[in-house]
Amino acid sequence: MSIDEVVSSLRSGMRVGIGGWGSRRKPMALVRAILRSDLRDLDVVAYAGPDIGLLLQAGKARSVTYAFATLDSIPLEPLFSQARQSAAAAFREWDEGMFATGLRAAAQRLPFLPMRAGLGSDVPRNDPTLRTVRSPYADEQDLLAVPALNLDVALVHMNRADCYGNAQYLGPDPFFDDLFCLAADKAYVSCEQIVDTAGLTLGGPLQSILINRSMVTGVVETPGGAHFTSCDPDYPRDEAFQRAYVEAAKGDFSAFTERFLAGDEDAYQAAVRTFGEES
Amino acid sequence: MEITRSEYCAVAIADCFADDGEIMGSPMGLLPTLGARLAKATSNPLLLLTDGEARILQGTPPLGVTTDVVEGWMPFRLVLDMVVPYGKRHVMMGATQIDRWGNQNISAIGPWAQPTRQLLGVRGAPGNTVNNRTSYWVPKHSPRVVVDQVDIVSGVGRRRAEEAGPAATRFHDVHRLITDLGVFDFGGPGHTIRLLSVHPGVTVEDVLNSSGCEITAGERVPETRTPSETELILIRDVLDPRRLREKEVPTT
Repeated sequence: MSIDEVVSSLRSGMRVGIGGWGSRRKPMALVRAILRSDLRDLDVVAYAGPDIGLLLQAGKARSVTYAFATLDSIPLEPLFSQARQSAAAAFREWDEGMFATGLRAAAQRLPFLPMRAGLGSDVPRNDPTLRTVRSPYADEQDLLAVPALNLDVALVHMNRADCYGNAQYLGPDPFFDDLFCLAADKAYVSCEQIVDTAGLTLGGPLQSILINRSMVTGVVETPGGAHFTSCDPDYPRDEAFQRAYVEAAKGDFSAFTERFLAGDEDAYQAAVRTFGEES
Repeated sequence: MEITRSEYCAVAIADCFADDGEIMGSPMGLLPTLGARLAKATSNPLLLLTDGEARILQGTPPLGVTTDVVEGWMPFRLVLDMVVPYGKRHVMMGATQIDRWGNQNISAIGPWAQPTRQLLGVRGAPGNTVNNRTSYWVPKHSPRVVVDQVDIVSGVGRRRAEEAGPAATRFHDVHRLITDLGVFDFGGPGHTIRLLSVHPGVTVEDVLNSSGCEITAGERVPETRTPSETELILIRDVLDPRRLREKEVPTT
């Protein structure tokens, strides 16, 4: 598939889960294509980084479910902070473990899964849709009933994939990308490189093939598609670019949008190369 | 060479991990990482520590260095699924606010619906505090940080855990608060904040004047213990030769 084919299959108002973690292995090429599209009112679900910051800045997100928003090497995501402080969307802030449990409930087609995380904190106060559930066994403990995070669509970025949707991560952490795919009706994998199926087991250990084709609707090759987030071992986070992003977010962001986000993915990558040569 | 405040902080943090045995230490931030590595190099060699990402490191490299012999794999999914709920973990988190009741806030300042300042979000703090031992590190103790009541409860203090019921209380274990002024626990009346020791050069009055809430302090509050020669060599020559600790807790 092409990037635009993936994005044209999305609809306004959908609940979209985005894989990766903070500023690590985010499907940024797909996010950038959403920024260019007519999509709006998305209900986004992510361990948030610049993906969510950019979607909020562009007015694409009606609501966000998250546990944090960070750029990792820079603690706070500036565009996310601005959106929270101006109440630009609806926000649902969960504990990190709750978030994974919500995805797992969706993947297992359950309405909820019980857990301790969240009890006693302000998470249930700030998300009044949350309920507790009493253990039916002798202990009769009240636990948080974490509702399933059912997704319409999942977008994830992997290092390698074959054309059938078998997809591989080669960095140290799989994050929760397989769970995002299983929690979704449709899942799209962008990857650094599409390889022949036999190339997957040549390129890494068996266990690195995190995602199999039954979990995936479509695959698209997007070299540099996680930029400026990290995509180890293909490339680290582009720290200089990330700093420039944060600087841009302090003022009028339109200059950044004009320089990097106005064109298609090829134009973005060309603008990034120019940026790299200048800095 | 005179022992600096940051070095007292480092050993006070290390002492938090001394009795943990063979569990995972999760220090968040610079001084906690220094302190946890110091504990692993001295009082608790069984501690498991990662590179901050998915690798468990066998040794204790200097701050800023994450290359070492890798002894295991610890991706985020294992932390959340199998370490936090299993409980063999001691996390030391930061706190933008921490209150008299041991509640911590890293989420946002101001009202939830429209905060005046968005911070990190609650991250793993709610789950950490009801599942495994939790300590806190505050590099700049002030009335704006040590408060009567936090704006958004991220990490859960004892009283809130008890109000939420046995599931929240059973494994709740908020252990210590270390600040640049002293060492605290929550053993005051009704599980409130209590001063255990002041760092040399700090008075009890300094602590009380720098806090935005009532703090229980005994008649004779001891000083935080002095680092041993071995600990000073480890801190200065092995774990933090670039003196990054001075950036977080400057010598005045």
